[in-house]
Amino acid sequence: MRAGILLFPGINRERDMVLAVRQSFGAEPRIVWHKETDLSGLDLVIIPGGFSFGDYLRCGAMAAQSPVMRAVRDHAARGGYVLGVCNGFQILTETGLLPGALLRNAGLRFLSMDTMLQVERNDTAFTARYGKGEVFRAPMAHGDGNYTADETTLDRLEGEGLVAFRYHDENRNGSARAIAGVYSPNLRVLGLMPHPEDLVDPLMGGTDGKPLFDSLAAA
Amino acid sequence: MKPVDEKLAKSFGLNAEEYAKVLEIMGRVPSFTELGIFSVMWSEHCSYKSSRVWLKELPTKAPWVIHGPGENAGVIDIGEGMAAIFKMESHNHPSFIEPYQGAATGVGGILRDVFTMGARPIANLNALRFGDPKLPVTKRVVDGVVRGIGGYGNCVGVPTVGGEVNFHPAYNGNPLVNAMTVGIAAQDKIFLSAAAGIGNPVVYVGSKTGRDGIHGATMASTEFDASSEEKRPTVQVGDPFTEKLLIEACLELMQTDAIVAIQDMGAAGLTSSSVEMAGKGGVGIELNLDDVPQRETGMSAYEMMLSESQERMLLVLKPERAEMARGIIEKWDLDYAIIGHITDTGRIVVMHKGVVEADIPLAPLSDAAPLYRRPWVETPKPAPLGPVSSDMSLEAALLKLLACPDLCSRRWIFDQYDSTVGGQTVKRPAESDAAIVRLEGTSRALAITTDCTPRYCVADPEQGGAQAVAEAWRNITATGAKPLAVTDNMNFGNPEKPEIMGQFAGAIKGMAAACTALDFPVVSGNVSLYNETEGKGILPTPAIGAVGVLEDAALARGIALAQGQDLVLVGATYGELGCSLYLREVCGLEAGAPPLIDLAAERANGDFVREQIEAGNVAACHDLADGGLLIAVAEMALAGNTGADLTQADTSPAFCFGEDQARYILAVDEAEPLLAAAFAAGIPAQKIGHTTIDECLTLPGGVAISLSILREANEGFFPAWFA
Repeated sequence: MRAGILLFPGINRERDMVLAVRQSFGAEPRIVWHKETDLSGLDLVIIPGGFSFGDYLRCGAMAAQSPVMRAVRDHAARGGYVLGVCNGFQILTETGLLPGALLRNAGLRFLSMDTMLQVERNDTAFTARYGKGEVFRAPMAHGDGNYTADETTLDRLEGEGLVAFRYHDENRNGSARAIAGVYSPNLRVLGLMPHPEDLVDPLMGGTDGKPLFDSLAAA
Repeated sequence: MKPVDEKLAKSFGLNAEEYAKVLEIMGRVPSFTELGIFSVMWSEHCSYKSSRVWLKELPTKAPWVIHGPGENAGVIDIGEGMAAIFKMESHNHPSFIEPYQGAATGVGGILRDVFTMGARPIANLNALRFGDPKLPVTKRVVDGVVRGIGGYGNCVGVPTVGGEVNFHPAYNGNPLVNAMTVGIAAQDKIFLSAAAGIGNPVVYVGSKTGRDGIHGATMASTEFDASSEEKRPTVQVGDPFTEKLLIEACLELMQTDAIVAIQDMGAAGLTSSSVEMAGKGGVGIELNLDDVPQRETGMSAYEMMLSESQERMLLVLKPERAEMARGIIEKWDLDYAIIGHITDTGRIVVMHKGVVEADIPLAPLSDAAPLYRRPWVETPKPAPLGPVSSDMSLEAALLKLLACPDLCSRRWIFDQYDSTVGGQTVKRPAESDAAIVRLEGTSRALAITTDCTPRYCVADPEQGGAQAVAEAWRNITATGAKPLAVTDNMNFGNPEKPEIMGQFAGAIKGMAAACTALDFPVVSGNVSLYNETEGKGILPTPAIGAVGVLEDAALARGIALAQGQDLVLVGATYGELGCSLYLREVCGLEAGAPPLIDLAAERANGDFVREQIEAGNVAACHDLADGGLLIAVAEMALAGNTGADLTQADTSPAFCFGEDQARYILAVDEAEPLLAAAFAAGIPAQKIGHTTIDECLTLPGGVAISLSILREANEGFFPAWFA
């Protein structure tokens, strides 16, 4: 599994992602600048967290128009893997690769703390190393993580098993049906708000996020 | 445009004597722009004219100090060829006028001071003082400041890992926002600001220049009054996205050999950066303002020279590298403009539209800057505290203290700050006495804290100054790290009042003694004076930011208790209740002398604790500070969600809540070996209790309180305030 990490101006969790990928994949990810358009050779494209283009227009909206995102669409259409975390999830919804949108947190404040995520299914490339229904810890750090979609879409997501993770302890940001992450219909594109990449080292408080990267490395 | 005369000079903040000196240096009446340059360079904020004579008293040297005060930030050796670069700086005045932007740009400014030297910022901290929480204005300021710090720090992707918050009515009209940044660089890749190379291009990088923040440095050098609202236009607006680009662009450019000198445009913007860079290099500088990237049309030379628009840097480049540098800067979508060159004239010459708008000799501009040894009177020693009594039970007093604004949990605040970005945060806020951030790719970590107890400082500035340094040293020690150096942020009232200058002098004296005794030199700092509103000064607040190093990050100790531990109190307890929070919150009294600072005991006790941690004998450690012993044990119990039994300990309020210094609580598997080691080393130590399986804190005398009740008291204040 060869991974690339996209870099937009304002992305700030790419270093965390490099550490997580390096540890689980045993190889350096390729850093892809947002003006590049060639993703050939990559099996997995990761869009990390941060504030792409300052989040000034709408979180992820500007990045969705970047040249590299056309290549990401093609990559996904070819059945390539895509992981978007936090701002990366927002970019994926703005690009239309995932349904729904991320609104301001219900309390209108930035939320930075650990949250507990429930794994909805463990038969995907992202979650094979978790148990089904397993609950794991992940830090979250966002101002706009309130997942929303129309009822029909939400019903479809649930019906087709495309909800990846739900907030298990407390739904702090007000997400519809406590959804923390969703899959594309082919289960190869995943977006989630919390940061498993920040919990892959016992020294930083735990390794709850590591199975996600181990799963991908083995996929 | 108004005629340049003494009256205009006064409105620019220069007094008659200072204006006379300007006339003498220039040998003529200065232009409007020249007067502007003199006034900001000679403002208290930029010239330290009231404080310089005192700051010289502080120890600044140690074998591990690479650059002390005088650079953009202090630089120390942290081993393996790495350097920590850090500083703390105030943004007090703007944060009262416009809390969100004032605090946000405070964070932005201190970040630039650090990355301008070649460091990647790895941690932010904030020392905050607010007014009486009962006032609506305090709530507005707290909300704005916290949102501003988060808004900026979260976006630039530097974790906010620690800090401190106090409340006191003395800050009602003048809150303090002191922001600290710590960065990491290779020791052989440190960038300085002294310009060199006649003819070398002077390059402007970053955001465009607008009319914001003009004369901000002068505003920060006066008291507030009812018209302060009108000063809102002098507050700058921050753009953390551009700052993030600036960090990445500068660090990328620093990987090349293009840069001769670099400095951020902070207070007094283009003026101070160009004057300081040329002045330090002993060269001249010529600027052509036609080439300055401008956000607005029709800006005058005066406006451009004094603008404090944010996210801008000034660079001197090697001419043959200028085009390559342009490529890097423009890759990050930032403005790049050659706006002048270095000369051999020893003068700053400012051209605009073909006119010489300013032509000033640099040496007298800095060397002849006003320097005041202002009159001062020593603060009278406080009367000793008489007998103290209260009907309140230990249980009720503990719950009251745990819930009070100065001691309650800060979770509501730090839950709005991204503390994990970067993936190196070993201890997050409230997990340990100092924040612990690992140095990526190594086993090392830095321990970082900010400390000051203003109520001690107002009662006895000398003891208070010493205590601030000692507490910072203690907090680093309690994690197991070796304390290395400090940055100071001196927040005081109007220096023209002898009693305020007396507070300043006393604090410096105490700080100097503590820094010397603890081998803890001052490597950078900032002075903020005129913190007064309507003639009422703040509590003297010499905030200390400090950095220590851990060779093995895995050895960092937190405060959380666990099952099967004994609790040992290290350090002597005399039962000091003067200036304590118990006295204030329970007895309703702000009186007495602050606790004794015994620097020899501080050093000995701390060195003992650190050795025990290094030897792997300590599971958790917490220093004793505000609120004393019971507060410390309660915090440890709550952090570990583990009960503790103190039944056998002394039940007197003085023992339970006294704020004696140089003390720690250590959680160990077994007390005996530790007590024996302490005895052998001549360190006072006693077992005060042990952890329990029931989720209760059992107080001296035997009354038990469940942890859930303690937690409810401790966590209640902020969420209820902002519900």
